[in-house]
Amino acid sequence: MATSEGVTATVHRGGQRSAAAILRSQMRNIAPFLTLICLSGFFAIASPSFATLDNLGNILTQVSVTGIIAVGLTFVILCAEIDLSIAAIANVTGIAVAYFTLQESYVNIANVPLPGWAAILLSLALCALLGLVNALGLTVIGIPSFIMTLAMMQIAAGISALLVRGQIAYKVPDLVTTLGSGSIGGIPWIVIVAAVMLLAGHLVLTYTRFGRYVYMVGGNREAAEYSGLNVKLILGSVMVISAVCSGIAGMLGVAHFGSAQQNEFDTYLLDSIAAVVVGGTSLFGGRGGIGNTIVGLFVLGVLNNGLDHVNIDSFLKILIRGLILLAALVINVYAQRLRARAAE
Amino acid sequence: MPQGRSPILELNDITKAFGGVEALRGVDFALYAGEIHGLVGENGAGKSTLMKIIAGVHPEFSGRFAIDGRETRFRSARDAHAAGVAMVHQELSVAPDLSVAENVFLGAQPTNRFGLVQWRRMAREAGEQLARFGIDVDPMTRLGDLPIGLQQLIEIARVLFSGARIIILDEPTSALSPPEVERLFATLRQLRDEGTGIVFISHFIEDILRISDTVTVFRNGRKVHETDAAATSKAALIEAMIGKGREALEETYAHDIRLPTRGDRPVVLKADALSLARSVQDVSFEVRAGEVLGIYGFMGCGQLELARVLFGKIKPDSGTVVIDGDPKAFSSTAAARRAGVAFVPESRRAMLFHQEPVYKNISISVLDRISALLLKPSRERSIAVRQVDQLQIRPAAVELDLGMLSGGNQQKVALAKWLSYPPRVLVLCEPTRGMDVGAKNDVINIVRELSAKGLAIIVLSTEPETVLSLSDRIIVMKRGAVVREFAGEVVSKDRLLEAA
Repeated sequence: MATSEGVTATVHRGGQRSAAAILRSQMRNIAPFLTLICLSGFFAIASPSFATLDNLGNILTQVSVTGIIAVGLTFVILCAEIDLSIAAIANVTGIAVAYFTLQESYVNIANVPLPGWAAILLSLALCALLGLVNALGLTVIGIPSFIMTLAMMQIAAGISALLVRGQIAYKVPDLVTTLGSGSIGGIPWIVIVAAVMLLAGHLVLTYTRFGRYVYMVGGNREAAEYSGLNVKLILGSVMVISAVCSGIAGMLGVAHFGSAQQNEFDTYLLDSIAAVVVGGTSLFGGRGGIGNTIVGLFVLGVLNNGLDHVNIDSFLKILIRGLILLAALVINVYAQRLRARAAE
Repeated sequence: MPQGRSPILELNDITKAFGGVEALRGVDFALYAGEIHGLVGENGAGKSTLMKIIAGVHPEFSGRFAIDGRETRFRSARDAHAAGVAMVHQELSVAPDLSVAENVFLGAQPTNRFGLVQWRRMAREAGEQLARFGIDVDPMTRLGDLPIGLQQLIEIARVLFSGARIIILDEPTSALSPPEVERLFATLRQLRDEGTGIVFISHFIEDILRISDTVTVFRNGRKVHETDAAATSKAALIEAMIGKGREALEETYAHDIRLPTRGDRPVVLKADALSLARSVQDVSFEVRAGEVLGIYGFMGCGQLELARVLFGKIKPDSGTVVIDGDPKAFSSTAAARRAGVAFVPESRRAMLFHQEPVYKNISISVLDRISALLLKPSRERSIAVRQVDQLQIRPAAVELDLGMLSGGNQQKVALAKWLSYPPRVLVLCEPTRGMDVGAKNDVINIVRELSAKGLAIIVLSTEPETVLSLSDRIIVMKRGAVVREFAGEVVSKDRLLEAA
């Protein structure tokens, strides 16, 4: 009898604490959303051309390539690892798919024309292979992902350079052209692809066993290992997933931009990391998800797009972006501490 | 005890409490120059607390504290250091990425008048000091590249040659090989003869008897016995430590070992000549279905490493783990789990996900049995609810974040995660450490029930009570090797301590 009273009291106290505690523990999800609403509100008031349906379409299109890369990167960051080779792998995969496509005669690239499907498959195989090298370096050799993917960034850039040799290619397989630059019923295909991949990423993380393992490995890697999970296999898998997502983004991006050349994805490295982290996914792993990444993508998209709609020195915009990113990182780290305190 | 001289260190009526729990009660202690003073007592008897007071780590306490007859108070470890008190702590505290020489001179590197480190001088002097201690290593080697025992010797060397007049060694020999212990003792005697006062804490009573001039015994925060080392024996010291007569003890822990009657049960796990660097040496044993094998030894005896080898976390240098007659070479902990090995480490933090709900903590080890691709949250919850019921985990709310549970209940969750699909072998490290009596009894009952169901269980602990209360058969490890097996005989705490 005494025991059961004690239990009720404990549970009750837990219930009372929860109002403040939940707010604190949800800080990670609430803060990015508030940021998004504030930014949207600000730009809507500051510029009449911002809050239009057309412009929403613009924003969606602008964040699509980043969004596809960010799907894979979310898996990696949830495991408390990092992938710095995403942009370089996107670039090399985009270049590869052009390399395997017949170019116009004025394009001066010694390429290997193949049927469209073969070009796509080979390019996907290339990015998966590069991801596998990342995975083996991280898990078998034990190189920290930061260093391993830094090296991969250079390797992928090197392959890109060898394939195009300073030239620019334009043609990619028809399927890639359609998905990258075509649209259906007024909606760009690339937005649809990004939405489908984000949804797929969300479903995998939330409803599959593998998704649970990703969160558990990120939450406490030692405990995951002592629970008998194959931590190395899971870490290796997320590195491959990240590389393949980047590769798809690279192929569609090349079609979207209309050309394949060296260094054309460079800005996507920071944008993708920023989208994932600004959205509230913990850099320490185990917390966050695709929902957060979507909010982060919108924060970044609204910011980039909105700054073009208001009259600000274009050089100042870079600084503003940096400051907002810093603010998001501060919130990310504080949310982690609040959450840890709430758990104790 | 050197008579007619005044002690260099004298403490009277020292009392120290941690959050209402008294760790020391009215303790007197004196140390003379040119004396080696041995301290013995069970875990939590107060030895380390007293030494930390002397070394300035615990500045808050009541009682009189005098050095060279002058009353003083250390506010920090720095104060103690300045007064010539140095301590080697139980846990290794070295900088593995620095060189041997830098470690020897940690915080006191010789510098020239521009404040730059004199590397050549530092290397030479470090080499000389270590040579004096019988250690022959290149002073510029990275310390972390050396074996653990050697690292410990180098840390000891740093303290011994720091010029301190009062040196405290807390459990310095646990990771040392016999010749290394000899070298340490030779150096300690030399320092003693030069007039240094040395306090030596150890679980190894033979070591205490061999090196000490005086021995003091602690029990439950009190000093219960002080004697000349020459005038006492191992049995007398153990009796003073435990505090009851030998016969009474055999009553408490009389244990009819049931192994002979289980000889017909199949062997589930067999360790065959397992060796791992310096921590595990040629360890072999068998565990049968329905049997609880206790593995007892002092901290650092290699049992934790052994447990990790059994679970595939560490690969052994040689030897095999055989399960149900199949030799296994586990490539990962996942492989060990699939082969039917379950493992609970000594630290709950290393086992559980504090920011995840209880049910996810329980289901994690069986997810691949209940779902191929998609999760089945309702199935997970029902499994968790059943375990929470059976193990009486409180509060019985599987959605609660694990971090909200008390330590004892967290330990039960750590067990629960393995029980929804019972494994073949359960390896438990320190299953009752830090628990109150009620939670301890719960865990003991759970282990009994599991073994009655036919599970083979291995319990590894540094606490004799834990091993005695759970085991059908006990093996004792010492410095990485199995030194004694108790089977089918009457065993007691003092016999266990004596063997280790």
